[in-house]
Amino acid sequence: MAQQTVLFDKHIEAGAKMVDFHGWDMPINYGSQIEEHHAVRQDAGMFDVSHMTVVDIKGSQAKEFLQKLLANDVAKLTVEGKAMYGGMLNEEGGVIDDLITYFITNDYYRLVVNSATRVKDMAWINKQSAGYDVAVTELPELSMIAVQGPNAKEKAAKVFNSEQNALLEGIKPFMSVDSGDYFIATTGYTGENGYEIIVHEDKAADLWQQLLDVDVRPCGLGARDTLRLEAGMNLYGLDMDEEVSPLAANMAWTIAWDPEERDFIGRSALVEQKASGKLHKQVGLLLEAKGVLRTGLKVVFTDSDGVEQEGVITSGTFSPTLGHSVAIARVPRSIGEVAQVEMRKKLVDVKVVKSGFVRNGKKTF
Amino acid sequence: MSNIPAELKYASSHEWVRDEGNGVYTVGITEHAQGLLGDMVFVDLPDEGDTFDAGEDAAVCESVKAASDIYAPITGEVVAINEELEDSPELVNSDAFNDGWLFKIKADDASELENLLDAEGYAASIAED
Repeated sequence: MAQQTVLFDKHIEAGAKMVDFHGWDMPINYGSQIEEHHAVRQDAGMFDVSHMTVVDIKGSQAKEFLQKLLANDVAKLTVEGKAMYGGMLNEEGGVIDDLITYFITNDYYRLVVNSATRVKDMAWINKQSAGYDVAVTELPELSMIAVQGPNAKEKAAKVFNSEQNALLEGIKPFMSVDSGDYFIATTGYTGENGYEIIVHEDKAADLWQQLLDVDVRPCGLGARDTLRLEAGMNLYGLDMDEEVSPLAANMAWTIAWDPEERDFIGRSALVEQKASGKLHKQVGLLLEAKGVLRTGLKVVFTDSDGVEQEGVITSGTFSPTLGHSVAIARVPRSIGEVAQVEMRKKLVDVKVVKSGFVRNGKKTF
Repeated sequence: MSNIPAELKYASSHEWVRDEGNGVYTVGITEHAQGLLGDMVFVDLPDEGDTFDAGEDAAVCESVKAASDIYAPITGEVVAINEELEDSPELVNSDAFNDGWLFKIKADDASELENLLDAEGYAASIAED
């Protein structure tokens, strides 16, 4: 029996089609994932992401522990509420998970990790925390609703109280405030402005209803996937996993190499990977003809030395904003501006661009 | 339970067939099938004049989720295609049994219709899925 979030009844009320998502019964759409996608690009949509795992790290050595655990450096977080994206690596330099870390106070950080990786993440974090003065606490009683879109902040302001709105005045991206019933962060997975709101499960259905009442449209996992892919954001398990280097998954910017003496888990493996010269890289692909680039399809091209090279589409979809297909691919670094993908027994030409196709409603390439 | 019009014939691969008279039959995919596929983004239709054997792949419906081959339910020649789908593939989602039709085929042998399911038979076949 799949787990349900506390918003299950709200999804059914809204006409959701439910699917199993890594053991959770989640809405894939509420009728049309394309219309939901457009709602987020043009107005405001909301997603139940309560299946994600919130983990609090508290204690006098919280900072030192996270500096070891994460490839990005929590020392960069100096302002209370500031958030940071990055990877948690294994010793071989593969990605155990990608996550967001929120800096609450000097001895208190909050992590939000993927649900599909919850069990192994918790096992890893607990194991690595041995010897540090930290308490690792999972908070399954917390729900999370993401409100995203150009009108998301304005609409959400109508459900926040005056104190929350005052704190959110002029807030920058990748920040958070903890006020009243809500932990409100300016993070997201769509390439649009908005909030991710963490709320106790007892108050989640009420928040969902209030957002519905101000015309925020419920959106399912289908739209969430096309939105994140257009934004060039990785999906764990597809675009990277334990076998993939963050350096081959467009996560090099999340590796904090300085200070050199910070010995985070996976560091020495990453140094070796870099030196090997064999690392692939992540690119974006555009298919302007008919058809949809799908996960797992082979990408082929001839490099400047005339050698046939091969990579793979790690996630592909139809882009509702652009009206054609886009994909994220992992390929040899020698790739040029064009390549071919084998689709339905035919080789079709694709353009190669930087990963990330749409931001704030607009095409970026 | 999705709508399954009683006057149509069905293939177990989810195509429907409507008798238009004079040996011409309209073909589409069922409401149940469009629901399984999700939002349609491209529909690749045959050309007028193409001929197909029953069971041969004749078109492709591509949704956000997957590409699905559409099989000719009967042997014959394509005499019309739904050109509206070029710009509005979502008609297959919104009106699978009418505006979302795919192509019309002139049957070589109308007795092949007997190999197809009636509404009740199709309902039973999808209940097993």
